[in-house]
Amino acid sequence: MDVAVIKYNAGNVKSVLYAMERLGVNATLTDDWETIKKADKVIFPGQGEASTAMKYLKERKLDQLIKELTQPFFGICLGLQLLCEHTEEYETDCLGIFQINVKKFPPLDKVPHIGWNNLENLKTPLLEGLDESAYVYYVHSYYAELDPKYTIATTHYINDFSAMLHKDNFYAMQGHPEKSSVVGEKILNNFLKL
Amino acid sequence: MLTKRIIPCLDIKDGRTVKGVNFVELRDAGDPVELGKIYADEGADELVFLDITATVEKRKTLVELVTKVAKTVNIPFTVGGGISTIDDVKALLNAGADKISINSAAVRNPSAINELAREFGSQCIVVAIDTKNIDGIDFVHTHGGRRPTLLKTQEWAAEVAERGAGEILLTSMDHDGVKNGFANGITSELSSILPIPVIASGGAGTMQHFQEVFTAGKADAALAASIFHFKEIPIPELKKYLDTQGVNIRMKS
Repeated sequence: MDVAVIKYNAGNVKSVLYAMERLGVNATLTDDWETIKKADKVIFPGQGEASTAMKYLKERKLDQLIKELTQPFFGICLGLQLLCEHTEEYETDCLGIFQINVKKFPPLDKVPHIGWNNLENLKTPLLEGLDESAYVYYVHSYYAELDPKYTIATTHYINDFSAMLHKDNFYAMQGHPEKSSVVGEKILNNFLKL
Repeated sequence: MLTKRIIPCLDIKDGRTVKGVNFVELRDAGDPVELGKIYADEGADELVFLDITATVEKRKTLVELVTKVAKTVNIPFTVGGGISTIDDVKALLNAGADKISINSAAVRNPSAINELAREFGSQCIVVAIDTKNIDGIDFVHTHGGRRPTLLKTQEWAAEVAERGAGEILLTSMDHDGVKNGFANGITSELSSILPIPVIASGGAGTMQHFQEVFTAGKADAALAASIFHFKEIPIPELKKYLDTQGVNIRMKS
């Protein structure tokens, strides 16, 4: 199986590659259009700031490419936020796959939301074999709002937010499956089986 | 619900895990990669690797070790010890570390916190603070707790948060290695005033100490070393205990 991990100016991409390696899958870090188009699965990782990430994607026309992809596609962390319509982080317009907004957590508790939190209201196929005792690792200050059209799992911190999203071939997760122990491995395996 | 984190700390010297009593007498407790994986499998929520001799001997933390850990371990981990420049941080994050921790370098050059947060994001910048109470006042210490500064712990903690630290790792030098409980007073004080998480360190001896630091100490995470390395408190047992005590803990699913 060919898995392409989209190369852009996001931090901690190695962790995703190593997680794939642990699952016995050889993933390629690439920004090459043809390689990404031909891949069986595409992973869009992310850690960092939204506006510089969008600028980078646009400069390399990766924004257009992503919208055209038809194979199973998995956005992680900032990758989830960039797939939404707009983020409050420097008021940035994003890719608009999910027509919902990304907001900053109100300062009613510590921000960023750092640590392990559980998934609720889980829907398959990505969450096959998991229930509400499944914890994933989060590090983020912005969150995607809820929308029954797209939300396939929620998490509660300050308020309920979209832990995972799905539309057509596009899947996304706010937490870090590559750092979420056996739960994360199960989610990644479910994605690879799509 | 967001859970309290249990973080084993692996003090590293020459690529091996060590833990000293009050940072002086060192004992060998094994291979860090292997140990890290065991902890992850047992249910540790994160790991911290501290190159404890790095500041003193001006040695760079081993990028090679970080690479091995990143390949092997499936939970987040932080690397600290002698880190001062953007290049140091870049090398460690590129090798697969999730966060880096700075201590003496931040005291020496506080604007380094701003620079690192801007370059890499606050989420991966942990500022470690070693604190010691002198005549009723908490002072920041550097160089593995050996060198006192004139900085008051509360003021310094507020400043590092303001400058962009993502988390604070607070080690009480009065409690470290003594095993009679965490410094719940100062931990609770910082956790209440700061907008970022506080990891408490130093003094873990019993399971009850963890329960206390999460309730009275208001810590977001608790770090310990020797009690885990020498299997005095197994992590699964500790988590089960905390769960029955009503502390929010990630139990294995």
